[in-house]
Amino acid sequence: MDRTNDFAFKIATANGTGSASANGLIMQAIFRMGIPVTGKNVFPSNIQGLPTWYEIRVNKDGYTARTPYFDLMVALNAATYVKDVAEVRPGGYLLFDSSWPLDDKLHRPDITYLGVPLAEMCNAAFTGVRERILMKNIAYAGALAALLQIDTAIIRILLKEKFGKKPALMDSNQKAVDVGYDYATQTFSCPLPIRLQPMDLNKDAILIDGNTSAALGCVYAGATVAAWYPITPSTSLMDAFRGFCQKFRVDAQGKHKFAILQAEDELAAIGMVVGAGWAGARAFTSTAGPGISLMSEFIGLAYYGEVPAVIFNVQRTGPSTGMPTRTQQGDLMMCAYASHGDTRHICLYPADPREAFEFAVKAFDLAERFQTPVFVLSDLDIGMNDWVVPKLTWDDGYRPDRGKVLSAEELESAKTFYRYLDVDGDGIPYRTLPGTHPKGAYFTRGSGHNRFGGYTEDADEYTDVVDRIDRKIQRASKAVPAPLVQAKPGHKLGLVTIGGCHGACAEAMDVLARDGIGIDYMRVRGFPFGDDVSDFLEAHDINFIVEQNRDAQLRSLLLLETGVAIEKLASVRYYGGFPMSAHHVIAGVKAKLEKAA
Amino acid sequence: MTFLPKPKVHHPALPKNAIGLTRRDYEGTITTLCAGCGHDSITAAIIQAFWELAIAPHRVAKLSGIGCSSKTPAYFLKEAHGFNGVHGRMPALVTGANAANSEITYIGISGDGDSLSIGIGHLSHAIRRNVNLLYILENNGVYGLTKGQFSASADRGSLSKKGEANTMEAIDGCLLALTLGATFVARSFSGDKAQLVPIIKAGIAHRGFAFVDVISPCVTFNDHEGSMKSYAYTREHNVEIVRADFVPPAKEITTEYEPGGVRSVMLHDGGWVRLRKVAEDYDPTDRDRAYAYIRERQREGEIVTGLLFLSAESRDLHDQSNTVPAALTTMPYEQLCPGSAELERLQQRFR
Repeated sequence: MDRTNDFAFKIATANGTGSASANGLIMQAIFRMGIPVTGKNVFPSNIQGLPTWYEIRVNKDGYTARTPYFDLMVALNAATYVKDVAEVRPGGYLLFDSSWPLDDKLHRPDITYLGVPLAEMCNAAFTGVRERILMKNIAYAGALAALLQIDTAIIRILLKEKFGKKPALMDSNQKAVDVGYDYATQTFSCPLPIRLQPMDLNKDAILIDGNTSAALGCVYAGATVAAWYPITPSTSLMDAFRGFCQKFRVDAQGKHKFAILQAEDELAAIGMVVGAGWAGARAFTSTAGPGISLMSEFIGLAYYGEVPAVIFNVQRTGPSTGMPTRTQQGDLMMCAYASHGDTRHICLYPADPREAFEFAVKAFDLAERFQTPVFVLSDLDIGMNDWVVPKLTWDDGYRPDRGKVLSAEELESAKTFYRYLDVDGDGIPYRTLPGTHPKGAYFTRGSGHNRFGGYTEDADEYTDVVDRIDRKIQRASKAVPAPLVQAKPGHKLGLVTIGGCHGACAEAMDVLARDGIGIDYMRVRGFPFGDDVSDFLEAHDINFIVEQNRDAQLRSLLLLETGVAIEKLASVRYYGGFPMSAHHVIAGVKAKLEKAA
Repeated sequence: MTFLPKPKVHHPALPKNAIGLTRRDYEGTITTLCAGCGHDSITAAIIQAFWELAIAPHRVAKLSGIGCSSKTPAYFLKEAHGFNGVHGRMPALVTGANAANSEITYIGISGDGDSLSIGIGHLSHAIRRNVNLLYILENNGVYGLTKGQFSASADRGSLSKKGEANTMEAIDGCLLALTLGATFVARSFSGDKAQLVPIIKAGIAHRGFAFVDVISPCVTFNDHEGSMKSYAYTREHNVEIVRADFVPPAKEITTEYEPGGVRSVMLHDGGWVRLRKVAEDYDPTDRDRAYAYIRERQREGEIVTGLLFLSAESRDLHDQSNTVPAALTTMPYEQLCPGSAELERLQQRFR
């Protein structure tokens, strides 16, 4: 079987040793060769010394989901040898540092061992402990270049781009690449059957992680205030926002057209966002599940007081602290109904970094249009891993939708202003910003209030307002991104998923089709669900709801919100912390079908 | 209830301030607090201070948390935006609002439960950030709305209405603020309007976090014998050590003050605060000595009041964040969005 441009390999190291730059180099080089490629960084919640892995999948057909089947393992961490050796596919390869003999117990008869004396060679080529350790990683990148046929000219260019201003560093990196490359070409029959062949599929693509693209979306949306409390895996979103602001938002006097507030906790972070939104800025926070738990009180206030706020939840594995460096879609229910009392929130579910960019912009428009908190639910896989996605585009005609905000002139000519009065009959009242006009003053409160903004403990006045808010949020179902649907006439089965499961589902559907199982597809992208979501569910006998959490939260949401019969919804789940793979979907669907038959 | 309209009848002879408004224009709805509540006296002082400073009410934003004190923003400045947030987290709301729009005057009203228990973290960090805000802690040592539990500012040995003694040490807001690097720290008594009004005026003019702890007896739950936050106890033990007066910018400092012992500190807006020392050995610009002095007098059972500390070098949130002088909310979108060409250029980085 031809394995050119269709294989996966994994690199096992310890974190803090510099392997990240070597892995990034390999990933970027393959991307530049025009081949569809996926990189998954599997890292510990730790700074130095614990096991870390980097998984790279190349696939000429463009399948981007994680695969757990590895044709080649670069096993450089003695602490994980046993596990790493076991993970190699029969007939695969194991590259190890032959400076030390490999324990006999690690021998498998069905794989090929490629010993490269990385430490020895780097000790000979470099001086200084730190440099020897760092260059050992670059040296395995060189060996892989020979074994997998990575374009060395591209590697040279990448090193030049990265270290152009530091020639000494560039030289030592190049030297390390050459050391690994030369050893491999002289010792093994290069390239291996698993090899790369240049393609031309990435011409209009970029390699980007979803936190970076979401941050860029915030810049383009015109966000000026950001408040946050550091938490994995969302921290890089705020780091990226800061970076972009320093590039694009500093005036000639060196003054900042943005404010980033590192709060004392998530309770304060969302409080700052609500305060800024109330004052008229586009404001956001980025966090993960534990942060949402803490923010819930203010989220309820913003919902009831009708204050715009944008919240990025880069989901990680829960409950509690869970596994902070593993991915999950475990906060779907929590975000949909965050806070005590009757609440319901607009949620957007990007599937990749490109959508993270687009939905970030959309989130600010929706938050201000509907005067309410809006969640963007990404996850660790989307947020922190590098994805190959089509280039981001921008329409210069875009102008922010600031919603119904009365100007000083409008207030001057208005007879009266009542903050919570449904003037237009669409459930959305008019709001004013502090400082605009004496007539615009009102009291924002989380306590009971009537349509005029006054405090109330009156049953009718209270229900009048909360019912209007309910209508308002329901109306947003028409404004959130519509579900992505692929359907063929006659199909009785539906596959329904959310966010980052998209790649696994797309691949699984092709496999299922080859097995004669025709299936329609819907990826929900926004909450509250619109009619198109329930229409799809109703149109299929069985809908397989594919998601990454134990409790089938998407299925529960669909059940609660669409009124579709429970028999129509079958659950397919994987929630171990890795991104979902096609085989999870295939196995899940087949098992359900067998059971049904 | 915090929404009872007041009749809008203005007596023609009411004096007007520099922008032609009467004190009535600075009022809010009718208070719903208990008759005799100290908080209402503070509200009156706030109204007086804003009127005297002739700040347009709609250019003020008033924020609060939850509790009796936090109801009071409804009772002053009806033309100002108000925000009655969640318990203890008003500082976070103001921090965000101030970051968004630095051109508004912010006043935050809080209580001792709000500030010193549930919200002590937020208060602490707002002080550290030096958010430009007048923060008034209406301090009665008791949870009023939930009917009489001790708050964190209740003094050790203080008796509840039911006669139970408080066994824990009190948290002193002023000492806390001094420790955290507050740039403006004052204490007053709700019953002393003559002292309180100038402090509030100076606090408004101060660029940075102005912390004002106001002992404000709770007539219903904490005004009995054995309470250390009662009217009687506070009147007896209150010792004024620094008398402040605020001289607005462009007004000359007049000679009505005694020459000896007066110290003037210029504020960011060009106004002056005149600090007349009543106690000989007190220096309101020396943080460490201020702290030590307050502690020392506390041990003698005295509550020292006045503008206790003022730093002439105050860099607020915006100074520290190096933001543009104009409010971020006034930035035109065109100045915020880099545009499509820049996006195209930028993406070379992701190749």
